[in-house]
Amino acid sequence: MPAHDVLIIGAGLAGQRAALAAAQAGASVAIMSKVHPVRSHSVAAAGGINAAIAIDDDWTEHAYDTVKGSDFLGDQDAIEIMCSEAPGEAMHLEHIGVTFHRNEKGELDLRAFGGASKKRTAYVADITGQAILHVLYEQLMRHHLTVERFEEWFATSLILDDAGHCAGAVARDIRTGTMEIFDAKSVILANGGNGQCYKPTTNALICTGDGIAQAYRIGCPIMDMEMVQYHPTTLAENGFLITEGARGEGAHLLNSEGKRFMEKYAPNKMELASRDIVSRAEQTEINEGRGVGPGGQGIFLDITVVPKKRVLEALREIVNIGRDFAGTDITRDPIMIRPGQHYIMGGVKTDVDGQTPIPGLYAAGEVACVSVHGGNRLGANSLLDTLIFGRRSGEHAAQRGGELAMPHAPVSRLREDTDMIAAILDRPHDGRRISEIKAELGTTMNEYAAVYRDEDGLATAHDVVHRLKEEAASAYVDDRGTVFNQDVLGALELGYMLDCAEMTIVSAIDRKESRGAQYRLDYPERLDEEWLKHINVTRNGDGEPGLSYSDVTITKWQPEVRKY
Amino acid sequence: MAEFTLRLRRYDPESGEGPFWEEHTIDLEPHRSVLEGILQAKDRFDGSIGIRCSCRAAICGSCGVKINGQPDLACHTHLERAKRRSKDGIIEVEPMGNMPVIKDLIVDMEAVHWKKIRRVTPWLIAKQPVPEREYIVPRETMVDVTQSMACIQCGACVSDCLSMEVDPEFIGPAALAKAYRFVGDPRDAQHRERLEDLAEDPHGIYDCTHCFQCISACPKGVAPMNQIMRLRRRAGNDFHIEDRNNGERHERAFVSLIKRNGLLDEAELLPRSYGGDSALAKFKPSAAAELASSLPVIARALLRRKLTPAAVLKPHKLPRADRDQIKRIYDEVDGPDERVEFNIYISGKDEDR
Repeated sequence: MPAHDVLIIGAGLAGQRAALAAAQAGASVAIMSKVHPVRSHSVAAAGGINAAIAIDDDWTEHAYDTVKGSDFLGDQDAIEIMCSEAPGEAMHLEHIGVTFHRNEKGELDLRAFGGASKKRTAYVADITGQAILHVLYEQLMRHHLTVERFEEWFATSLILDDAGHCAGAVARDIRTGTMEIFDAKSVILANGGNGQCYKPTTNALICTGDGIAQAYRIGCPIMDMEMVQYHPTTLAENGFLITEGARGEGAHLLNSEGKRFMEKYAPNKMELASRDIVSRAEQTEINEGRGVGPGGQGIFLDITVVPKKRVLEALREIVNIGRDFAGTDITRDPIMIRPGQHYIMGGVKTDVDGQTPIPGLYAAGEVACVSVHGGNRLGANSLLDTLIFGRRSGEHAAQRGGELAMPHAPVSRLREDTDMIAAILDRPHDGRRISEIKAELGTTMNEYAAVYRDEDGLATAHDVVHRLKEEAASAYVDDRGTVFNQDVLGALELGYMLDCAEMTIVSAIDRKESRGAQYRLDYPERLDEEWLKHINVTRNGDGEPGLSYSDVTITKWQPEVRKY
Repeated sequence: MAEFTLRLRRYDPESGEGPFWEEHTIDLEPHRSVLEGILQAKDRFDGSIGIRCSCRAAICGSCGVKINGQPDLACHTHLERAKRRSKDGIIEVEPMGNMPVIKDLIVDMEAVHWKKIRRVTPWLIAKQPVPEREYIVPRETMVDVTQSMACIQCGACVSDCLSMEVDPEFIGPAALAKAYRFVGDPRDAQHRERLEDLAEDPHGIYDCTHCFQCISACPKGVAPMNQIMRLRRRAGNDFHIEDRNNGERHERAFVSLIKRNGLLDEAELLPRSYGGDSALAKFKPSAAAELASSLPVIARALLRRKLTPAAVLKPHKLPRADRDQIKRIYDEVDGPDERVEFNIYISGKDEDR
């Protein structure tokens, strides 16, 4: 039975960074992921990573931009930590081998990004996430003696000991179907967001909110779940991401009249206003009949204004995406985009060291809510968030382990999960198919819990999710095998997604104001007196979501009117 | 919407049966991907179809398969195109080659691909001292290594590597492209050690037969074979590391003989390939031994008048004016002091595909 000081679930940027930090601090470390680490969704982060490293920049400016971007819902103590530690982290990445692009002097080059007052985004073409993820995996291979890897293992549940501390997890080896208890003094959740609750989404098929739901199920509060980011430029047809780097390099957004409509919504920052504002502007143009393409449901992103040589060097991946998935040569023609679900600002509530209110349980990355993104995340701050708080979690968990004895979960805990999976396999073939339920969930959320929301729509979504939860309990699987049974894991993931969707809906119904990504047509104003606070969802005794509130930490910056 | 039929290679390791083909008809727009087709079959008809997939957008590298016998990402191939290229209108999907199959379309990448990646010391061995801020390096070098950094570790090149089929121990295209990522990186302190290691390993850079399969297989334009050729150039030109297969000397002899005569001088080529690029090469033991062992061939050639004693002693040459033209080509190519490795990130062209 594996036993480690620190067990990390999820091996994207946050998980790998946590593993390396914990190992360096002397802990015994296991890192587990349901996919091979380099398949993690961090790989899709394109544009770059923010750090105030330019001579004329300062981390406090980065922090202010982030606070303003968050629509003042971000916790400023956490934001200060993230932004002040950013330059050191960027240099660390450079030193371990990330191939950041350089300027003519050979220093790190920086590009413009949304909501930022200066150029402060370091990048590797438009494959920055991939480059960092692969370099961290190089380091995991290098440190294989101190970090044990469990690749293609699926955590089925978190273990709570009698004292209410998190003491490990139960997991299934996807390749063999073997189930095991992983004892651990601390567990760090680093398994990403729940974008798959939406259809379409830029998120990978693996982003099913496993960690958020598993933490919720053992009683951990989940914060800011109403804050769901719609990215302004996703491919109109299938929701694939077109990096914000395109606008950072100078691309324009055009409506059916050929106008750069952002002059109306954000005259100073234009296309580089924060994402919530640009997405809302696009949706307004579409709703008011100035969209392009079939049904007027799209907006043109014109990259032809960026010099071709620069596009080919720095936006190579979207040249490929345009060619392969939209049949458009972006160096010659504008490409049709629209706002699409992209990121979950909310997640497992943590402090600045990644600790959740449950002792022994940590979270970092998109699964977590520190909260540094508040109501709206700035582009190129997510990679930074994963790395800073991944590292801090790893270091803190390693330290904590030193004082504790290794826990030992009873075998009955393993049997619970084995029985749960056996029960899914035994379901009769008369319910709905998992894929049908998942598709209905996605289209429902994208209709009612999207850029614009109101009470009626959210109530409808709530009813649908309730019904889907009942249907999911009897949804059947075709695969009865043990080797790579993706079908049965899909049934578990569906359950996680439904939990996450429910938390988003109840929080969105509760927040009767408009702030950041939450725009209520029935409550269009930001109301600081009543709503400058976080909504926390905690599962109550009946298994239903209960709501409570926590304060927003303000250090230097009082809320002000937000204009770009 | 259009109908497409997929013929999937299925294999259930728990059944005790061998692999078999299974057909499913799906309907999707023609420009949707083969992956979406497979997922529709999985969603509608049979949830037990095994395929790794995640991002759907050719960036995570999970869904490497063979489509109509050619390796590619399932998410990166349009249904219409796949149908057009099929032998009978049915899109055939099977697991990648050169790696053991675990189930259906899922192969054991750990046993082959990742083992080979680990073979090339796949991490930066940073030059010391580590600077306080970033390493200052030429802009072009980072753009250059971006091409090998763009590898998503999907295994498509490994699947179709002909050298690996013959020599399973060949380090292979993906791992060697990864090696170039360090050899081309000015921050790495062990270029020579890495190149010596890869040149001296009989399954290393000189085990590639230059067949171009990996270039056409790669969905990301990494062009692994070109990275292997870059490794060879650096090993030979920059570090004078000897190629034990004589390939490097053969190339040098070839180049210098053409430069001098404008035509190939076969009688000189062989001794120089074994003894080094000099007129005295034929007196070196290694070249003499090779010449001696070639005597029967040379004798037969003389007998059949493919070779004349005069040609052996006096090499044929192009006329003076033509040789001057050729020399100008050499000057043009050798001209710039600094070698720039052209790749898609610099030239913008998929010249490799």
